[in-house]
Amino acid sequence: MTPAMKPISDHLNALVKRVPAWPLYILCMGHVFWLFYQGLNGALGPEPIKALEHAYGEAGLKVLIAVLAVTPLRKYVGLNLLKFRRALGLSAFIYILSHLLVWLVLDLGNVALIWADIVKRPYITVGMVGFALLLPLAATSNNASIRRLGATRWRKLHKLTYLAAILGAAHFIMLVKGIQIEPLVFMAVILGLIGTRFWARLAKTA
Amino acid sequence: MAFRWRNTLKDSDVTEESVFLNRRQIMAGVAGLGLVGSAARAEALEPNSLEDISGYCNYYEFGTGKEDPAKYAGRLTTKPWSVKIDGMVDNAGDYALEDILAKVSIEERIYRFRCVEAWSMVVPWNGFELADLLALAGVQSGAKYVAFETALRPDEMPGVKYPVLDWPYVEGLRLDEAMHPLTIMAAGIYGKELPNQNGAPLRLVVPWKYGFKSIKSIVRITLTDKEPATSWNKANAREYGFYSNVNPEVDHPRWSQATERKLGGGLFAGREPTLMMNGYGEDVASLYEGMDLKANF
Repeated sequence: MTPAMKPISDHLNALVKRVPAWPLYILCMGHVFWLFYQGLNGALGPEPIKALEHAYGEAGLKVLIAVLAVTPLRKYVGLNLLKFRRALGLSAFIYILSHLLVWLVLDLGNVALIWADIVKRPYITVGMVGFALLLPLAATSNNASIRRLGATRWRKLHKLTYLAAILGAAHFIMLVKGIQIEPLVFMAVILGLIGTRFWARLAKTA
Repeated sequence: MAFRWRNTLKDSDVTEESVFLNRRQIMAGVAGLGLVGSAARAEALEPNSLEDISGYCNYYEFGTGKEDPAKYAGRLTTKPWSVKIDGMVDNAGDYALEDILAKVSIEERIYRFRCVEAWSMVVPWNGFELADLLALAGVQSGAKYVAFETALRPDEMPGVKYPVLDWPYVEGLRLDEAMHPLTIMAAGIYGKELPNQNGAPLRLVVPWKYGFKSIKSIVRITLTDKEPATSWNKANAREYGFYSNVNPEVDHPRWSQATERKLGGGLFAGREPTLMMNGYGEDVASLYEGMDLKANF
């Protein structure tokens, strides 16, 4: 952190202390239901199932990026958003679970089609593995789990977020047609944010 | 011409746009409750609303989002328009669109439209048989293929800044496919001029092939004796073959082609089985006799 930024971040941190994290859950759930309601009413166009799938998936990736940004923001900018990280992580999980449910129930709606896609389509396989990695993370995003696992093991387990985010962006890159910029930008941002962790470690050993 | 394709659907079969919208919502509701089976839904070949047809498009020159073409294609100047017809033809040259339209008979063709992305719609095109245009140009005896090219206008097409595909968009047909009476050049939808996002002012429609074969806003048609390069085939030959006939038995490497979702059915529309050659199998069977459709996908 540069000295010039310190007063600003102190000011922001004081502000952050007064903002609770719980409204994030309401915002996320509200957004999920709002999108669904729009789909019901034709506001998402003539193919609302794909539109919902895309909206939920992309929102999930964006919130995962926010989760990954918490540590570098604290380290390099001095802005401490740690108190929001659990709510952000669980919000990302809610979006990605909604994304998966739309695909399972509304898009395919047929066990044989679902299984065939999971085993035959690499982008689906990658997406499913990414989702599976999020399950233990969502299940242990509570104080009791941190106590039971111990902080060190808990932190180690939650490094799976890195892999889940990379798989999520890979899933996006693999499903588009032609060379498209947007999914590549997601991957670049995710790799960059993860890179800050290793870069810091390398700088220390050097 | 050997035979002209006869439309089994008449003008009276076209649901009025306003009625259609209402009915569609009611049907979607009923289907959502599980009261209408998928078979009943598949039987009725009802055109989609103009709103759906013009609001949900793939036209990557205007962006890769489905709404991008509707947002940006208004910038495309479609008047004046001419089509260069060259290669193995007797009367090569630039054909002004109004001269072409004056010499052909426009008819309505209500066709199924199946996108390679596994969605579909039914479109009431207004157009003429490509064979009629090729007859004007005078196809020479050695010609075996027809190549098509879309306009490339960086000033009017925001999407061509990005290398999504190797611009300009190019497509091709075997000559017998091009001469088939089902193959049309469309200039309108619902009796109105084509919306720009749907390929104005003149586009190809080959109803038994995936939608990307039906190239939009055509500026050039070339008769040749070699199989022409096609845009999606150049971008990914494993995924997009030259023929790209609708075939529920040949999957796209990344997704199944066995089912499709008809646009406009709402959140609970589900999927319908995809028909061989998009339901035009009997009409086009003779084109592919003895061909391995799995190898020539």
